[in-house]
Amino acid sequence: MTDESLTFEAALEELESIVSQLEAGDMTLDQTIQLFERGQELAARCETILSEAELRLETLQTSAGGTYSRISMTDETGDE
Amino acid sequence: MIERKRWTVGELTRYVRQLFETDYRLQDVEVEGEVSDIRMPGSGHAYFTLKDAEAQLRCVMWRSDVANQVYLPQQGDRVLVRGRMGVYDVQGQYQLYTQRIQPAGQGDLHAQFERLKAKLQAEGLFDADRKRPLPPLPRVIGVATSASTAALQDVLNVLRRRYPLAQIVLAPTVVQGDQAPPQIVAALNALNNQSDVEVILLVRGGGSLEDLWCFNDERVARAVENSRLPVISGVGHEIDFTLADFAADLRAPTPSAAAELVTPITAADLAGHIEALRQQLAGHLQQTVDSRRRVLQEAGYQLRQASPRGRIDNLRQRIDGLAGRVEQAARQQTALRRAALQGTRRALDAISPMKTLARGYAIVQGADGQVLRDADDAAPGSALHIRLYRGRLSATVDRQETDHD
Repeated sequence: MTDESLTFEAALEELESIVSQLEAGDMTLDQTIQLFERGQELAARCETILSEAELRLETLQTSAGGTYSRISMTDETGDE
Repeated sequence: MIERKRWTVGELTRYVRQLFETDYRLQDVEVEGEVSDIRMPGSGHAYFTLKDAEAQLRCVMWRSDVANQVYLPQQGDRVLVRGRMGVYDVQGQYQLYTQRIQPAGQGDLHAQFERLKAKLQAEGLFDADRKRPLPPLPRVIGVATSASTAALQDVLNVLRRRYPLAQIVLAPTVVQGDQAPPQIVAALNALNNQSDVEVILLVRGGGSLEDLWCFNDERVARAVENSRLPVISGVGHEIDFTLADFAADLRAPTPSAAAELVTPITAADLAGHIEALRQQLAGHLQQTVDSRRRVLQEAGYQLRQASPRGRIDNLRQRIDGLAGRVEQAARQQTALRRAALQGTRRALDAISPMKTLARGYAIVQGADGQVLRDADDAAPGSALHIRLYRGRLSATVDRQETDHD
């Protein structure tokens, strides 16, 4: 199974690389099947991330000393 | 104590209106100002505000007068307006009932804008080759605008719909008034200091020329140009161009459009792309299996080709061919021999001893069958066989006479 921490970008990149490897040919049937299965997992991972994606919003707040910290907007409204 | 008159609002308003209407100076006025907030709703009447540095004046132009206008003013135009002053009771507002509008040269703010624009342009701030490319799939998008405004909500709605994969970092700033330029600059700097932010949206909803003026501030334009991260501006409406727009890497006509431009590839596009990759994967697997199957079929064909049966059939045919040739060769040889034999027989006939015997010669043979040529070879008393032309004789040697020298 694919790693749950795999980001969308990383999964997509690997998936695209697998498809180009397959395109280049010169694979044994076993290798092809292995790449196909990995590709299917990665596609499923990408689709999961896409369907579960929710826009995250953070606000920059000035702290003492002029540095900025980030406050998640949903957390902030929850506190108030 | 003097009884003070108590007005109703309507009465007082009507009284004020009458003051306007009875002042001949107010019944035909010409006034110069800058057009702001011009609206033309479905009714066909035009509503706008005339401004100068000190004050604002509400104006209305009825549809019949609008129809007579060749020139229709736009936001920011400096115009000369002619009409009469009156009061709109319902809203308790005095306004200029406009009969005619004509352009009166460009407004002061506009002239100021053009001067600053020319200066920054000369410095190369707006050059096309200073525009940076935008990340195609931004993971973290910075937004510099005022919190809890419609513009921010528009941006968030578009991003939520198009690209919910993104993380938004808001740098709040006021976007109107004297405080706006330094705060906008600070917000841009703050976003540039975030290591994960990849692109910045600098946005503000629509407003009057004065409202948007902070985006024409030189400090803001320079901060946009100096930004480490690419900046997409989306200030006001389609018709509003600010110096921040010119300095930005990409100018969007509205905040919503900025959110669309920052996400050229949507989540739906990505889902389609992944579906296409899935199909390519399946296609490649199918292709590989098919090609192996073809190799297998080809090998089977070649195996059948290599079978001895075929070779045996070939050889059999070859043997048949050879046998035919042998037969034919033999027939030919027989014919040749026969011809040769006839020739030989004729030659043999020519030298046959029978012809000699017929002339009276005889062949004498000894007892052992040897043809005798020498008398010494036949001792007296030995038997002789004599062959004549016809028949044979047996004789005995009586005497020898040799022809020795």
